[in-house]
Amino acid sequence: MNPAFSVIILTTASGAGYGMLVWLGVLGVFGALPQERWFGVVAALLALALSAAGLLASTFHLGHPERAWRAISQWRSSWLSREGVLGLFTNLPGVAFAAAWWFGGPTIVIGLVAGLCGLATVASQAMIYASLKPIRQWCNSYVLPNFLLLSLYSGAIWLVAAGAGTAAALIGIVLAVIAAGAKWSYWRFIDAAQPIATIESATGLGAIGKVRPLEDPHTEENYLLREMGYVIGRKHAAKLRVIALVVGFAVPVVLLVIGLAVAGVACAVAAALAALAGIYIERWLFFAEATHTVTLYYGQRRAAA
Amino acid sequence: MTDIPAPGAKKLGLVIDLDTCVGCHACAVNCKEWNTSGHSAPLTDFNAYQDHPDGVWLNRVHTYEAGEGLDSRTVHFPRSCLHCEQPACVTVCPTGASYKRAEDGIVLVNADICIGCKLCSWACPYGAREFDEDQGVMRKCTLCIDRIYNTNIPEPERVPACVAACPAKARHFGDLGDPDSAVSQLVAERGGFDLMPEMGYKPVNKYLPPRQRPKPAAPVETPRAATGVLRWIDRVLSR
Repeated sequence: MNPAFSVIILTTASGAGYGMLVWLGVLGVFGALPQERWFGVVAALLALALSAAGLLASTFHLGHPERAWRAISQWRSSWLSREGVLGLFTNLPGVAFAAAWWFGGPTIVIGLVAGLCGLATVASQAMIYASLKPIRQWCNSYVLPNFLLLSLYSGAIWLVAAGAGTAAALIGIVLAVIAAGAKWSYWRFIDAAQPIATIESATGLGAIGKVRPLEDPHTEENYLLREMGYVIGRKHAAKLRVIALVVGFAVPVVLLVIGLAVAGVACAVAAALAALAGIYIERWLFFAEATHTVTLYYGQRRAAA
Repeated sequence: MTDIPAPGAKKLGLVIDLDTCVGCHACAVNCKEWNTSGHSAPLTDFNAYQDHPDGVWLNRVHTYEAGEGLDSRTVHFPRSCLHCEQPACVTVCPTGASYKRAEDGIVLVNADICIGCKLCSWACPYGAREFDEDQGVMRKCTLCIDRIYNTNIPEPERVPACVAACPAKARHFGDLGDPDSAVSQLVAERGGFDLMPEMGYKPVNKYLPPRQRPKPAAPVETPRAATGVLRWIDRVLSR
């Protein structure tokens, strides 16, 4: 699948934002957040800004961005619609949390509601991909936990960058290990899993024997090949996986440990940026490594994986 | 509404005969011709008369080789929307632009409310939907609703443009929900099949397999090699 910039920004930035909301809620329950008056406001608004930036970026790849409001209507059947509804709704408890923090109010309850809404939004986002049967690298049980863990991990790191302190940093370090492990097992799974559909089942000609394309319907590229026929060399994929793990998980952990030792805000911000960059590469791979059954019709030349 | 309507009795669709299709692309060309000025107009082309032409087509004709040696076949294979009974392209649509009609099962896009998110094209295993980069909306086969119900054209022409154009009569249009219809009979007779049944989309369109090639006749018994004068006569007569 073509790794579109707008959709990668959407899932990485909004994932971090909603993850921040979750930890604002959870750490609030345990009284593990700094009590400064500015902190809750800054952290909540940063979380909402990240998620809003993601939702805004996603409209850039639309053919008709001015009609985007229509996307909230089909929540009964469409995960994309559910993501839109939940994402927009999360702003309410998010802003209410900032207001309650500043003016005084039940921040714990509001924080938990905001966190729950954020988590549900990320889950809907994951289900958009996990429900697409033609793409086997997406339609599996690894995708939902991966999205949730990466959102929680990047959220925790960004909360540290916003000044959340030791508890969030420790959660970030633990989640880095868990999320990296989840990603690794996802990669092992997609490498080992066999395609469900074949060129024989796609054409129904398997009874005659092995099927191979003789002539394509068109001599030039078309929408299908550009959008669904994106091919990335296995060699590059392997290297990029290692880069994603190092930049996105190992580097932030080292920076967080240094930050804990010398209490450096610069370290925390650098960790957050590294995590975002690493997860950006991870998400790029999530698209680039995904193969669509339509490429079967164009033969092995296209169905590289 | 992107919920799938309760299955109706009527399931309009196509039956494509892979035995008789000659791969002339007339169906694809007539489809483009009709639909670039019909319900889905325009079907945009970029660089139509230059290098790297690019554009929306609702029907694409592939050609495959299947099998090995004497048993191998060359098969021409038109690919278009199958108007599935479980169309995920419809349920994933966030706006309700993509829908399946209860009355005849045709899957359509309302281009006036499509936001062009392309998710429906990702959800289709068959690559039936193509994005119109110029108009910013998704395009797909309409089964020529503007022909099949069009009372302004003579009745024999009220079939999809691809069916009307086929010179080999490899394309058949009808109600696959009615077991007594000509198309249903044809599917039953010839062992019509679904494409990628493992995906669970339950396509309405069916494909008919290439017929078995007749067994080659038994080799003619070669006469005993002649000798002498007979050999000479044989050689003269064989000239």
